[in-house]
Amino acid sequence: MTAKRARNIAFFGIVLIAAMIWIFPLYWALTTSLRTENRIVSDAGVLIDELNFAAYIEVLSTSKLPIWYLNSVGTSVITTVIVLLTGMMCAYALSQLRFPGRKALYLLVVASFMVPVPALYVAQFILMSDLGLVNTWWGIILPQLIVPVVVIVYKQFFDAIPKEMREAVLLDGGGEFTLLFKLYLPLNWGITAALAIITFISTWNNFFWPFLIVTSESMMTIPVGITQVNDSFGVAYARMMALALLAAAPVIVGYLIFQKRVTEAVMISAGVKG
Amino acid sequence: MSKMKRRRRELRDAVLLISPFVFVFAVFFLYPTYKVIALSFTDAPLIGEGQWIGLANYAKLLNDRLFYTSLWNNLYFVLLTVVPTTVIALLIALAVSKLKGRMQALVLTLFFLPYVLPVSVVTMIWAWMLDFQFGILQPLIAAVTGKPVPVFKNPYWVMPMIAVVTIWWTNGFNVLLLIAGLRNIPEDLYEAAALDGATPWQRFWRVTWPLLWPVTALVLTLQLILQLKLFDQVYLLSNGGPFNSSYVVLMQMYREAFQLNNGGYASAIAMVLFLVIVIVSVLQFQLLRIGGRK
Repeated sequence: MTAKRARNIAFFGIVLIAAMIWIFPLYWALTTSLRTENRIVSDAGVLIDELNFAAYIEVLSTSKLPIWYLNSVGTSVITTVIVLLTGMMCAYALSQLRFPGRKALYLLVVASFMVPVPALYVAQFILMSDLGLVNTWWGIILPQLIVPVVVIVYKQFFDAIPKEMREAVLLDGGGEFTLLFKLYLPLNWGITAALAIITFISTWNNFFWPFLIVTSESMMTIPVGITQVNDSFGVAYARMMALALLAAAPVIVGYLIFQKRVTEAVMISAGVKG
Repeated sequence: MSKMKRRRRELRDAVLLISPFVFVFAVFFLYPTYKVIALSFTDAPLIGEGQWIGLANYAKLLNDRLFYTSLWNNLYFVLLTVVPTTVIALLIALAVSKLKGRMQALVLTLFFLPYVLPVSVVTMIWAWMLDFQFGILQPLIAAVTGKPVPVFKNPYWVMPMIAVVTIWWTNGFNVLLLIAGLRNIPEDLYEAAALDGATPWQRFWRVTWPLLWPVTALVLTLQLILQLKLFDQVYLLSNGGPFNSSYVVLMQMYREAFQLNNGGYASAIAMVLFLVIVIVSVLQFQLLRIGGRK
């Protein structure tokens, strides 16, 4: 028994060490960001032995980081809300109503999975430019509204709701919209939260599209904006790492708070749990 | 009375419910898909009209050495990432699923965290880790090669290192899927195997591996498609260089469209990527299904 216990502890120790090595780059970024530039290039102790916030203060006061936060929050929230609303309505119709073209629409949504979105960027850019939306929030948002997985996951969950509950609402004189927002949606808050998290994170982290559609610094989102600072800082390791961590802070904090939901969301959207 | 009326109301509601999605889908997805196909047969600049030139863009692609370089680099990157990340994720998933409660949550958090970071944060951190002068990993590299290496400026190191960064960044997703897959394997199968005197090695190959295969296959397929779409990390870490040794297909599409103003040619490049991804994913899906039956 004690031998087994010792083996378990040893096993946990090894796994924990591996996990700490895995996360080391983030830890090292934190250590660097808290040091003065002179110390960074003079010695390389790995412990956090200095709490110097000068780099953070400088980054926050000299870069456009606050504006990029605003752009990222605004575009990601609007995208998430629209994606979920349009997705759940369409999924409800696909799941519960009969109408001509239903099968075809569903197949089209499923097939759109296979299209590599970046292959459309040239055409989407031309479209956005024709609409006069280059360097605007809507230019960032509109092409990101296509998230077929939201429709597919909602449809699966709506399919699973027993028909009797539906009949009860219909007998009370409720229509389809009542059904969706008073019955199907409340029964699936968990899924809604999960899909919202997935959509929000992927929009927040999208680099390629905002990078194409935005050229003015004051319209940039965080992932694009911080690459501009890169060019203007020159060699400034502490400031670079402070910038990286400030840019990552919202997703890191969000993940740590909603950890369970995020985990669940990833599994659901990949279809391995449901 | 009401059958007709109900039917018509159902139809009206259906139209109301699907129209927002269908509108967005048609305008910002289907139309661009059509447009990119149409553009690939023209000599259009990025902004403005072009002439129909038939298959000339595709003919040009066949003689474009840079395009072959890009394709080769995409393939090389797939080799460097897809199977390695799946193996690493499987090892981590097996280890994590042996842990319980808080310990499991803690370890899983550490392994998953990089996945939620924006790509530019990831590349900034790794550019610092591998900095030629002061990077903390340079002593390690020097121990192997005898001297520090500017990895993103070295044609031999650049792709493997971008692969390392990519695996670090995206591996958490695979770990999660595999853990979910492991949880779905019924416990009594292991008990039965243990009663039969199976060694842990046998239990893995006879129970875990075959039952986990559908999820492993899913991970492999998703990774393959994802890694073929490589752009961000290359753009941010090496910009396709040095000497085009990390030039990939989407990099070429980006340059042709947004720097050289060749909308038509860029669209033809996009079409090839599109076709490659469709073919590869269908093929791989079939192959993996056959593999799973054995």
